[in-house]
Amino acid sequence: MSDLTKLTIAEARAGLEKGDFSSRELTAAHITAMTASKPLNAYITETPEQAVEAATDSDTRRAKGEAGKLDGIPLAIKDLFCTKGVLTTAASHILDGFTPHYESTVTANLWNAGAVMLGKVNLDEFAMGSSNETSYYGNVVNPWRREGDESALVPGGSSGGSASAVASFSAMGATGTDTGGSIRQPASFTGIVGMKPTYGRCSRWGVVAFASSLDQPGPMARTVRDTAIMLEAMAGFDPKDSTSVNMPVPNFEAAMTGDIKGLKIGIPKEYRLDGMSEEIDTLWQQGIDWLKAAGAEIVDISLPHTKYALPAYYIIAPAEASSNLARYDGVRYGLRVEGKDLNEMYANTRAEGFGAEVKRRLLIGTYALSAGYYDAYYLKAQKVRARIAEDFKQAYLNVDVILTPTAPSAAFGFGEKGDDPLEMYLNDVFTVPASLAGLPGISVPAGLSTEGLPLGLQLLGKPFDEETVFRAAGVLEEAAAFTATPTDWWRG
Amino acid sequence: MGMIIQGATGDWEVVIGLEIHAQVTSKSKLFSGASAAYGAAPNSQVSFVDAAMPGMLPVINEMAVEQAVRTGLGLNAKINKFSVFDRKNYFYADLPQGYQISQYLQPIVGEGKILIDLKDGETREIGITRLHLEQDAGKSLHDQHPSMSFIDLNRSGVPLMEIVSEPDMRSPEEAAAYVKKIRSIVRYLGTCDGNMEEGSMRADVNVSVRRVGEEFGTRCEMKNINSVRFMQQAIIYEANRQVDILESGGTVEQETRLYDPDRGETRSMRSKEEAHDYRYFPDPDLLPLEFDGAFIERIRETLPELPDPKKARFIKDLGLSPYDAGVLVAEKEVADYFEAVAEGRDAKLAANWVIGELFGHLNRTGKDLADSPVEAPALGDLIDLIKDGTISNRIAKEVFEEMFDTGKKAADIVEEKGLKQVSDTGAIEAAIDAVIAANPDKVAEYRGGKDKLFGFFMGQVMKATQGKANPGVVTEILKPKLDG
Repeated sequence: MSDLTKLTIAEARAGLEKGDFSSRELTAAHITAMTASKPLNAYITETPEQAVEAATDSDTRRAKGEAGKLDGIPLAIKDLFCTKGVLTTAASHILDGFTPHYESTVTANLWNAGAVMLGKVNLDEFAMGSSNETSYYGNVVNPWRREGDESALVPGGSSGGSASAVASFSAMGATGTDTGGSIRQPASFTGIVGMKPTYGRCSRWGVVAFASSLDQPGPMARTVRDTAIMLEAMAGFDPKDSTSVNMPVPNFEAAMTGDIKGLKIGIPKEYRLDGMSEEIDTLWQQGIDWLKAAGAEIVDISLPHTKYALPAYYIIAPAEASSNLARYDGVRYGLRVEGKDLNEMYANTRAEGFGAEVKRRLLIGTYALSAGYYDAYYLKAQKVRARIAEDFKQAYLNVDVILTPTAPSAAFGFGEKGDDPLEMYLNDVFTVPASLAGLPGISVPAGLSTEGLPLGLQLLGKPFDEETVFRAAGVLEEAAAFTATPTDWWRG
Repeated sequence: MGMIIQGATGDWEVVIGLEIHAQVTSKSKLFSGASAAYGAAPNSQVSFVDAAMPGMLPVINEMAVEQAVRTGLGLNAKINKFSVFDRKNYFYADLPQGYQISQYLQPIVGEGKILIDLKDGETREIGITRLHLEQDAGKSLHDQHPSMSFIDLNRSGVPLMEIVSEPDMRSPEEAAAYVKKIRSIVRYLGTCDGNMEEGSMRADVNVSVRRVGEEFGTRCEMKNINSVRFMQQAIIYEANRQVDILESGGTVEQETRLYDPDRGETRSMRSKEEAHDYRYFPDPDLLPLEFDGAFIERIRETLPELPDPKKARFIKDLGLSPYDAGVLVAEKEVADYFEAVAEGRDAKLAANWVIGELFGHLNRTGKDLADSPVEAPALGDLIDLIKDGTISNRIAKEVFEEMFDTGKKAADIVEEKGLKQVSDTGAIEAAIDAVIAANPDKVAEYRGGKDKLFGFFMGQVMKATQGKANPGVVTEILKPKLDG
């Protein structure tokens, strides 16, 4: 039998249907790969016994003709999703020993579709970071290395464990969450596909909150089709999440017709940054040419408030986080560090429980919401956010999707951007505007950098028009024909 | 009628504004499905949302929204079709989320007004600033362990309405009347049970003093007062404290104070500098609350007749005095009882019986109207016996006493005890003749012009007939006989 881990979800689905192999075999192959991937530190908690059990159940269902849409497919779950009976950490010390008594809606949807959980994957602490360097459980390593260079690179963040697991073939797909680019940027850094749906498409219930008005779960996998298959299972209205939207979930896979003739692709001039690397610019142009060649119409557009997106994001997200993370106080669950009174217990618990980046953002957010500063920071940022959404709305009067680079660079080394948080925040420059506007976006691997590292292109769509995004992404993927994979150095 | 404190340097006026926290009558909590019932075992009514477990999200309880709108309509207030839930951020052990979901800049109910009932049937209008919905915190128990506090989250997330008044009250009596009126209105509406002992209604009281007619002074807030009596004591103490400070040349500091009912004084809890910065911002987990005019109208159609219109009707249609009407409408149960008694009868007589005899007996025995041994139809029957001349008013009081003690029917008691009024002219005439014969000197005095003695003869005749003689018939026969 060939290496089952190299299959796409669509191929595995076909193989399972035909009876070429069982879910037990498919899952076992991934458990082996997961174990071998330890040097990447992608997983925080591995659940192989549960995986085998779930795979066995899946095979039984399939034998009875009751297989679901993702039946028997082994997946990794970002450790921000609460999973019943399985340690859930948000990669933070402060959630020490926290085992939820409930299952997040998105993961419950996946299990209802028959998927198998391999384990919980690493991330930046509370999803705050763009390089997966802030996890209490240590850095996640990118399976990719620069050509002729053995130094370790970051997988991007915050869904770095998801990206690394999928790129290293130790999971067929993974859930991610995207607040300002946390699905798309690591997908770009690891040569996989990452889809952030429209805000409200997937339920946030049971997902540890970072910034509630921005957080959105989404799929990460090795092909556009695989993300479409996964999203269809993950998405749907959830009455338990007041911000989830009551709309039918389309057949996203069916939307991938391969035909984009006449589709209007917007190219925003504001995304052409000063000092942007030549190869990113070249890749972007290449993407434009591919879509044009496939019959799309290229339209130059302007999104004038783009440059205010990052500053606004770094007010709104920390402000919401400062409130969302107040519940981690040592009183009811997770870490408690005793003190002589309640206030000292709070201070000790939070000082020890949160890492430096989380503390930085909680301080920024607390400051931005303080009396006397609220209008100047939070309120202003919300106004900027409205303008940015309006920019997109205007642009979408003339175009169907927008094409941009996903990130301003390829993956970088550990510590390379550690000194200056602002430099790190710049990683999100192309992903944050769509997050603020709540729009769907996908990162598709489109080429390799001069150093041999994957680079992604991003397609953004209209609200709840993931179908067009998938359609265009499928064409882009086919044109790019990205087949490179990292060498499996981590297997030793 | 305002309260004036006479200081050494002149008169001071007291200014009072109230924030009443009223627990919404609702089966479940404001943002979760857990039960909101009172008195369950600690931490037995706590959902994952109420305990602020990671990833849990609030979903608004529509019933609580309806109740808030209903209350707003009862307060003659503007209903805001668009309102916003905000987070009020602060750390406390019984506040699991680290924030309270409340409404800050855009509450569900805006300005309104109510009438408060003062002595002698006088009324005054008090402005309502706003009403907003918010969730309650849990409860800290500090007396269960020598060094630890216990937390009960049953109350965490229970829906509250905060009703904020304008600083329109000028005396402890007015403040008390305001609380009573709010309590009466929410109980009529069925939106809050108004039970201050169980904490379903508590008040934060803002007090300041000023020289009569001048600008408002600096206020102090006394939190969580759960009885009308304590509130009045707190106001008196606090107003005098502020006057003392000002008269001795000091300034009142804006602060939060605690009323200690055992010592009868207020103490500083935290000053303005120590005041929390709540960092309010719109809760991103909740969409703004929006509804249409039809939703409001649907609720308006189900409103009961409220105390003020009911009082006006009792005065206008039933001819009651403003005082009697005010007493009868204060509690919906009383008003309903009274109306059942008055139905098809003399309303004034019914009011007298309810307020005089019934309330008197209930008070003496410490019973509530709900436990009254005499139900409305039974009291109505008694009144009918008076009206048709079967018994006199005086006998009726005896009968009522018996009804209250035994729960028996009026007619049965009258029958059993032979209390039926005597209208037989022969028997009455015989009694009269006997009285006249026994009192020749009084008869002479009467005939000599001492008309007032008529009452004496009346009394003697009634006594001789054990009160059963029909007073009308007695008068009719007695008068010509005395006049000779």
